[in-house]
Amino acid sequence: MSLLDYEVIIGLEVHCELSTKTKIYCSCPTTFGAEPNTQCCPICMAMPGTLPVLNEKVVEYAVKAGLATNCKIARNSKSDRKNYFYPDLPKAYQISQFDLPLCYDGFINIETDEGEKTIGITRIHIEEDAGKLNHDEFGRGTFVDLNRAGVPLIEVVSEPDLRSKEEAESYLRKLKSIFEYIGISDCKMQEGSLRADVNVSVRKKGSAKFGTRTEMKNMNSFRSISRAIEYEANRQIEVIENGGIIEQETLRWDDISGKTFSMRDKEEAQDYRYFPEPDLAAIKLSDEYIENIKKSLPELPESRKKRYLLDMNLTEKAAKFVTDSKYFSNLFEEASSICNNPKAVSNWIMSDIARILNEREEEPEDIRFSGKELGELVSLIDKGTISSAIAKKILEEMFENPENPSKIIEKKGWVQISDENAIKEIVNKILEANPQSIIDYKAGKDKALGFLVGQAMKETKGKANPQILNKLFLEGILGDNSVK
Amino acid sequence: MSVNKKEIVHLAKLSNLYLSEEEIEKYAKDLTEIIDFASMINSVNTDEINETIAANENFNVFRKDQVIPSMDRNLLLQNAPSQDDGMFRIPKVLN
Repeated sequence: MSLLDYEVIIGLEVHCELSTKTKIYCSCPTTFGAEPNTQCCPICMAMPGTLPVLNEKVVEYAVKAGLATNCKIARNSKSDRKNYFYPDLPKAYQISQFDLPLCYDGFINIETDEGEKTIGITRIHIEEDAGKLNHDEFGRGTFVDLNRAGVPLIEVVSEPDLRSKEEAESYLRKLKSIFEYIGISDCKMQEGSLRADVNVSVRKKGSAKFGTRTEMKNMNSFRSISRAIEYEANRQIEVIENGGIIEQETLRWDDISGKTFSMRDKEEAQDYRYFPEPDLAAIKLSDEYIENIKKSLPELPESRKKRYLLDMNLTEKAAKFVTDSKYFSNLFEEASSICNNPKAVSNWIMSDIARILNEREEEPEDIRFSGKELGELVSLIDKGTISSAIAKKILEEMFENPENPSKIIEKKGWVQISDENAIKEIVNKILEANPQSIIDYKAGKDKALGFLVGQAMKETKGKANPQILNKLFLEGILGDNSVK
Repeated sequence: MSVNKKEIVHLAKLSNLYLSEEEIEKYAKDLTEIIDFASMINSVNTDEINETIAANENFNVFRKDQVIPSMDRNLLLQNAPSQDDGMFRIPKVLN
């Protein structure tokens, strides 16, 4: 028996913080990063006698999420109490939804190596986030910050339809992208506004019965999720191969050691004693309400991708890359409308912009220039005002100090030299200094031309028009009247 | 329906209560009586009654998504047995 004889079954419970202005059951703000306990009120702190009132925006956003993921929307829904003792939750219960979630029976399509695959969504419900516990490294105790307590969340539960870590990542990326497009969450994983509980089990291929699953909670990076799935699946297979049995339990993934650990306080089976929340009224949604939200949904990534393929002639790869992020897609659309060269815009996004973001460890939403500036940059290249080498420098500058490309060119004196006489002078100088390159080129070494052009670019700090350079060098090498 | 001692121990644990042997016996008896009392409602014929999902007849009691400034932190923390750096300080909690 080997790994290949097993199938890995993965299901994700994705928690996504909604970007409402206020909390789910009170009017405190939800801004990330505020001073501890400064976005709290007696409701957040579970003072006796306080009563929650549901934020209408939370219902709207959750229904949006449901419609965008092909869910059915419940006409009758309610809130329930999930009881457990943990100091991040001052009420000793979390208000969530148990048997009547707002949205159910949905699906999204993801791309896999074997083509498109449909992943079922069991349900989407609304609930409140918990506070943050800061564990003191000097052993002085635990410090409780309740700013996050009561921040609205949706929990999206998938069917156990995912079969590899790649599929799990693809699913999560798709979900993130959809939620960004419909504007219900900023989905910043590093700030914890998107995180997932990962359920993993394994079974022998061909077996119809699921194996026992383990759960890893609160994972907040694609990389950890992927590593954790791989480690946990292999661990389970090894246990089974050695004649052991998998225990259903919650595990803690440790990113540093790359291993999962059994949580210490698991002796008590989960027993949340859910019951209907008596402090909140039921939610009844009319067809009209749902229809209005449906109408307000923006164009989703799948539809945009189709449009880019058909109307703008992007390649499959480019269309996918650009639509994976709403921010890229918006940048692309705006820039393309200005320069009328969608292909070039998509190339800039896929190559240089993605590279710079990577170097800066930033996300597409951190880009500070707009599509207008990017479109202008591409236009300037197309018109021959700047070379693509200069354009790269301008782009770097746009990341630092977002400004109009023309302004940057003017400030830095980066206008392309297209004056043939001026360039000819430089070409002649370089040819004189490199007679060997002329011989090499004539002997069939095409690289020699690249070397000469490179020298000229160096000389002009990248400002010489490359087409003219090429032309003049060729004339210089091949013509007899040039090196004079 | 009767509630046995094992269930009482389980409930006590979930509720963070520490019960003596006598208390366990007493609560087992009391809870059995309470459940029996409440079970009377099961004898009502509900065939003609629509299913309800909440005890309260109101529905869609919503709030606008408008910020009301939060409360002063010192006021919120004034009754905390222990605090530090604007946070509640509690005994160390394990993950």
